[in-house]
Amino acid sequence: MRNIIAFPLLALAVILQSSIVSQIKLLSGYADLMLIILAAWALQKRVKSAWHWTVLGCVMLGFISRMPWPVIVIGYLTVVFVAQTLQKRVWQAPLLAMFSVTLIGTLFMHGLSFIVLRILETPFSFGEVMGSVTLPSLLLNMFFSIPVYAFMRDLARWVYPSEEYE
Amino acid sequence: MNSRSLQTTIIFLVIGGILALAFGGFFGPASRQFSSAFVEIQTWISSRFLGVQDFFTAPRDIVSLRTRNAELEAQVSQLQVQVIELQQRVNDTEILAALVDFSRSNPESTYKAAAVIGYDPSPFLHYIIINRGSNDDIRRGMPVVTNQGLVGRVDAVIADAARVQLITDPASAVNVYLQNADTTAVSFGSVTGDVSLDMISQDAIVQRGDLVLTSGLGGGYPSDLIIGQVVALRKLEFELFQQATIQPAVDFTDLAIVLVITNFRPVDISPLEPLPSP
Repeated sequence: MRNIIAFPLLALAVILQSSIVSQIKLLSGYADLMLIILAAWALQKRVKSAWHWTVLGCVMLGFISRMPWPVIVIGYLTVVFVAQTLQKRVWQAPLLAMFSVTLIGTLFMHGLSFIVLRILETPFSFGEVMGSVTLPSLLLNMFFSIPVYAFMRDLARWVYPSEEYE
Repeated sequence: MNSRSLQTTIIFLVIGGILALAFGGFFGPASRQFSSAFVEIQTWISSRFLGVQDFFTAPRDIVSLRTRNAELEAQVSQLQVQVIELQQRVNDTEILAALVDFSRSNPESTYKAAAVIGYDPSPFLHYIIINRGSNDDIRRGMPVVTNQGLVGRVDAVIADAARVQLITDPASAVNVYLQNADTTAVSFGSVTGDVSLDMISQDAIVQRGDLVLTSGLGGGYPSDLIIGQVVALRKLEFELFQQATIQPAVDFTDLAIVLVITNFRPVDISPLEPLPSP
């Protein structure tokens, strides 16, 4: 029942992403708060609602973003899939898993965005995108991933209180 | 005069004489030693007294000072909040005053002011979200400006908000007119936010500082809206067109309030465009 927190939390994440995080720029890139939150949530061992949160996040983000919705849906679902796969394999090093998912997720999301927008005839230069957008965004995502992971870990303990933390 | 009163008189005379001699400066060294000893004793006693006084009164003073300090800090915080609010109002007023001046100087258009409340979450796209929507008669395709120049145009509308595509967006293309060179071109945005010009005729003489305005061609924007100035030009003999980089007139990093031109309806000329021959 406490999973209902997903509605206000993800709505707040979208608002923060749109109003504040997108203003904290490094060159032309900025952090993807939704990606980090969903990745950190999916990496929690006790969490069983990662897919629900992801669909909800995609709906909320797709509502305000001009990015074609398949990019958002495929991108975030892939990020959660990677997170859950890594969580089973490298569960003893959660921060390493978080960094890995952030790295893979950011590159995948940006690669997918680049390909789809190029197909839609938006003129992009790969070098410009990589140097000015993707690498700065990756750095910011890595930077934000640590506090977000800590927050989501505490939230997971609150949402799933029955399981004792090992 | 009895012996007792004589004794008293002598004592007074002796003391008076000593004082007179002292005031006359005849006891200088002895007087200085005496006074210095007196001052030292006075200082010692006074310092010890103040120490004892502090010991008993200081705790009360610290409590009262801390209380007073807390009160003053709270007052300072309130005043700082007021200063920030007033500063924000001053900024908003300045922006609105500039926008009012702009609308007065361009009476042919009707405007609706809107506040910028967000940006597109994707760094690949340059869109803003404004707090006016279809309830305020905002429609898709309406141009958005500030007193500095063209911002973009409305891309999508909901009841109380709208999404605006900036001219810096990579997918944005605006037909422009170079005033000094008397020629037309097309401006394009980029993922880094730079705006460039393409399709400038090789015969046109374009120089740095030339003003770039909307041409109105294509029906997407009204004519004569300022976009920016040419800052760099690239002319290669083997290319069909010249290219240029422009400095936008609008500061896109500091967009707070914009004006939507509500009496402009974009014209869809796509049915008139020739189809590619098979």
